Amino acid sequence: MAQRERPLAPPHGGVFVARTEVMSADDVRRATTRIAHEIIERNHGLDGVVLIGLQTGGVWLAQAIADAIARIEAVTLPLGTIDVAFYRDDIGMRPVMPEAVTDISVDLTGRTVVLVDDVLFTGRTIRAALNALSDYGRAKAVQLAVMVDRGHRELPIRPDFVGKNLPTRRDETVDVTADGVRIGDML
Amino acid sequence: MKPSLLSVSDLGADGLVQILELTDSFVEVSNRAIPRVPALRGRTVVSLFYEDSTRTRLSFETAAKRLSADVLTFSVGTSSVKKGESIRDTVQTIEAMGMDLIIVRHGSAGVPHRIAQWVDASVVNAGDGWHEHPTQALLDCFTIRSELGRTSADRPFDGLHIALVGDVLHSRVARSDVLAFTALGANVTVVAPPTLLPPAVDTWPVAVSHDFDSVLPEVDVVYLLRMQLERQHEALVPSLREYTSLYGLTPARAGRLAKHALIMHPGPMNRGVEIGAEVADLPNAVITQQVANGVAVRMAVLYRLLGSGVSLTHE
Repeated sequence: MAQRERPLAPPHGGVFVARTEVMSADDVRRATTRIAHEIIERNHGLDGVVLIGLQTGGVWLAQAIADAIARIEAVTLPLGTIDVAFYRDDIGMRPVMPEAVTDISVDLTGRTVVLVDDVLFTGRTIRAALNALSDYGRAKAVQLAVMVDRGHRELPIRPDFVGKNLPTRRDETVDVTADGVRIGDML
Repeated sequence: MKPSLLSVSDLGADGLVQILELTDSFVEVSNRAIPRVPALRGRTVVSLFYEDSTRTRLSFETAAKRLSADVLTFSVGTSSVKKGESIRDTVQTIEAMGMDLIIVRHGSAGVPHRIAQWVDASVVNAGDGWHEHPTQALLDCFTIRSELGRTSADRPFDGLHIALVGDVLHSRVARSDVLAFTALGANVTVVAPPTLLPPAVDTWPVAVSHDFDSVLPEVDVVYLLRMQLERQHEALVPSLREYTSLYGLTPARAGRLAKHALIMHPGPMNRGVEIGAEVADLPNAVITQQVANGVAVRMAVLYRLLGSGVSLTHE
């Protein structure tokens, strides 16, 4: 099964070797479309909604959700990206470097922010993202969309929109792309 | 010993590029309504300046505060240094109070290196004698990179021609800039009267010229060094007026620069001496951008040393 170079994956990157495919490309596409519908339904439309993808895994997914919403409602949502490196709680414990420059060009005050990431695991990245977001304005609400919720939460954080709930072992790696979702190991 | 930044040569070309790329993230932070991140919460940074400085000290302290570090300012004038305390005793006292990083400026070359050997804390050289001023070189590189769009990761300054003009002899900025600019691939020409060049300039990776007018039309960046007026008694130039007429960037000379060419100066400027009074305000003078970039570059250096967990030089 496929191997993929993941230089940025914690703790030090490496090559991902897949063991099992749990979602196909079609499954990911359908889940993306469903999440788009759920975002529209939950917010009774799209007034004030902003999509923000977490660097790096959430960026393509936020774009894919925005594309799906554009197909459904013919609305182009504002789209941003956020890098939470400087807000992490493990700075000094492992190498922490930003992957990209944060790009949020709208004031978030009064908006409904939908944070988008590929995998929800311990919740620590989302905690960092919530703190980072508050530096861009006081959002009316923040919602969380993820393709995979793999459990093992270390903080009281829960997603609003989920592609798939996926029971995993702590030492496994979940790899999410538009081509599918696979469970495997980092070598 | 924790990682320190003592010389541009500590970084290498890859290390330089990595800091410039990290600086992009801190420029974004600096442009926000709340220009502060919690990255260095709980870390303590002390600035230890044995020489006068406004912009460098303010810039470092602003950078540290924007990273949420605690900042202490050590004023030599009101300290036990006045009672004859040695540098070693002073820094070991500071370290005993739990400092994580010491920013040092001193009038003698090599003091930051010695301090780095005495303490476990990280040390950043903020200027030592005529030797080096690495963060100035980094902010100069970042300014050129962003103003001229030189963002490639591999030899970003390839093909750029940079003239460093003026008192190279006494300039730590010139020494650090030559190391950094050439490491990134630029061609550097130093332009100065022979009396203001160090004897070892032949061993530097630069061209030397005594004729500013012939170099002027070819350069992409003209970098003016401060004429150190306090050294005029050394009679290294016959008169300031003669210096200005031969080596000053007068409005007439500025008019002969290529359209895209940048005018840079590390400050503080002597308007009317090395730089024409109006020239510093021309659109292609990026002197205030240098100052603004200085804060973001120093955030990158402090984060790199204290927070990133990544070694300073590229593996």
